[in-house]
Amino acid sequence: MTSTLFVNARLVDPATRRDEPGNLLVEDGRIKALGAGVASQGAGRTVDCKGHVLAPGLIDMQVFACEPGGEHKETLATASQSAAAGGVTTIIVMPDTDPIIDEPSLVDFIERRARDTASVHVHPMGALTRALEGKAMSEMGLLSEAGAVAFTQGRKAIMDGEVMRRLLEYAAGLGVLVVHHPEDANLARSGVMNEGELSSRLGLKGIPTEAEVIMVQRDLALAELTGGRLHFAQISCARSLEAIAAAKARGVKVTCAVSAHHLALNENDIATYRTFFKTSPPLRAEADRQAMVDGLARGVIDIVVSSHDPQGPEDKRLPFAEARDGAIGLETLLPVLLELVHKGEMALTDALATVTCKPAQLLGFEAGRLAEGLPADLALIDLETPYVFDASTVKSKSQNSPFDGRRFQGRVLMTQVDGKTVFES
Amino acid sequence: MTGSNSPSAPTPTGTGTEQVEVPYNHRHLLGIQGLVPREITGLLDLADSYVGLSRQVDKKRPLLKGRTLINLFFEPSTRTQASFELAGKRLGADTVNMSVRTSSVTKGETLIDTAVTLNAMRPDILIVRHNSSGAVDLLAQKVDCAVVNAGDGSNEHPTQALLDALTIRRRFGRIEGLTVAICGDVRHSRVARSNIHLLSAMGARIRLIGPPTLLPPSAERLGAEVFTDMREGLKGVDIVMMLRLQSERMEGNYLPSLREFYHLYGLDREKFDYANPGAVIMHPGPMNRGVEIESALADDPEISLIQEQVEMGVAVRMSVLDVLSRRLPNGGPKQ
Repeated sequence: MTSTLFVNARLVDPATRRDEPGNLLVEDGRIKALGAGVASQGAGRTVDCKGHVLAPGLIDMQVFACEPGGEHKETLATASQSAAAGGVTTIIVMPDTDPIIDEPSLVDFIERRARDTASVHVHPMGALTRALEGKAMSEMGLLSEAGAVAFTQGRKAIMDGEVMRRLLEYAAGLGVLVVHHPEDANLARSGVMNEGELSSRLGLKGIPTEAEVIMVQRDLALAELTGGRLHFAQISCARSLEAIAAAKARGVKVTCAVSAHHLALNENDIATYRTFFKTSPPLRAEADRQAMVDGLARGVIDIVVSSHDPQGPEDKRLPFAEARDGAIGLETLLPVLLELVHKGEMALTDALATVTCKPAQLLGFEAGRLAEGLPADLALIDLETPYVFDASTVKSKSQNSPFDGRRFQGRVLMTQVDGKTVFES
Repeated sequence: MTGSNSPSAPTPTGTGTEQVEVPYNHRHLLGIQGLVPREITGLLDLADSYVGLSRQVDKKRPLLKGRTLINLFFEPSTRTQASFELAGKRLGADTVNMSVRTSSVTKGETLIDTAVTLNAMRPDILIVRHNSSGAVDLLAQKVDCAVVNAGDGSNEHPTQALLDALTIRRRFGRIEGLTVAICGDVRHSRVARSNIHLLSAMGARIRLIGPPTLLPPSAERLGAEVFTDMREGLKGVDIVMMLRLQSERMEGNYLPSLREFYHLYGLDREKFDYANPGAVIMHPGPMNRGVEIESALADDPEISLIQEQVEMGVAVRMSVLDVLSRRLPNGGPKQ
């Protein structure tokens, strides 16, 4: 029997809003007990938390792990190390790899590969349509039985409304979650940043917020028609938020996420054509960023994702319009959330809920909470120490972080997955 | 009434000499909708008598002698057309089969032109199948003879529902109180629609089972319970009615693949075991073995009524032709 006793911890469980000093005992990979007087019977390890926060490990619902097919940028192993360093104990990896994860045997491949090489839990999303072509639906039943936790088109949207309707209908029958990237491909065509004054000044083709709003509106109407469970992989602008809030009020089964980038950055950060700030959806105006923070605080936005998207110099050291979208984010997900806490935008438990119990609930995982009997997926977090983030120190294979040089306050001291220490600073 | 599995057994009724009164108040048979239970029961009772006739060496009863029956099929069909042709011939009618290529003849005008042309040849009964819902109804408005709907689009296929009902009644002795699950592509199925109307009118409980993409929108408003989980839906069912999956629905748009459909909605022994003890399987044919149904089940004479359905088809169609001919001008009781 292996055991770890965390003592002098500040136990923070977002699901129950528990926030109090106490101990937590891990035995055989599971949380055995937690509370003020908890002690260990055995002779296991004791970790003195020195009053730091002990919280459920983070669940990141949008990670591009690049394996198979893009191992020069990232692998399941390196992505999981990066996750562990960021306090993330579960990552959901996207299916737009090479080959695309649209076959039950490939879901199985990801799971076996993760079991053999990854240090955190890895679950794949399956392709929503075959070969991600946006036409024929994938075998959602067989894929979910194989272990796909949700279905997505990756970075692309389904443009054909009838196809989307059938997908949502079919998914509703299976009770599986459809994750959609809401961006009208025609309106966004060859756009490279947010459309507005800045894109005009920079001479770059813009993507109007309408490209997102129109798709959000269409999908909401189709979700309402079909009764399917719909999750927007990322939203980026205020008007999407309004539409989603109204749909939620009508009882539509919809949820949405925002990336940490869109909570912390805006289009002005692009400044002199810095390609690490090129993302999809694009970084928006400051008013939209503020709306994202506000929407998160109000609970209209359900969860926060890193949208960790490793890209090498070959794809980023290019003129802005030619560079690929994407930024890494596994190790800055928690610091960005803590930034919101320190600024007084959100309470600590609410901020952590968006990356723990809420994604767990969305995916139907028994995780993301501090509760007896659950797997000991834990993050020990120092809320206070300030530091300057150095992108060259990340565990990810790629260093395309937009946060290089940013001042953060708060970092992960230790991460456990199933009671096993996978990161310690 | 049982014993239907012994084709040689003599049946006391149905030697085809007596005239059974059937309350039927329509010129045509365009759908089950519009029929009342009394009429349905009358058609089934009469059909029952024709089962015996069809099992005799001399299967003829020339009630329709001198009548002309035209099989007008705008959609290819083998078994329904043959069944109507046999039914007509056993009743002594002159039958003509006309198959019209579907693709070019879909516009209303052309359909009506065809109807008017055929009408001028003075047929007594027209049997019509068309790929467009409502087309048979439209045609019936333009002719003087009786019209039988042999399937229109996704609307109705009344003789199929009648033969299914007859098969059920002979097996269980009743329809009322039975629970019938209709499984698969309900959305596009005229067989399903006619069966829903008929079986619910006769007091059966209907369940529809399939992926939501193959269930009709607002399916629960049709008076049926709707299930997307087949095992759940088959619990407590007496009759499992499988539908044919049309090939054009198989790939992509409505379904991901055949193997997934079979995995989730194909009837195999394991899923069938959720149904009531003594439950039976029906299928309007032609079957896609290994797509909607496991071969071993389809061929199991203990539980599969599929062959019997085909036999009942002829009897039901004889009954329908008989009843409609009585209401033709200059029809009426025979001497």
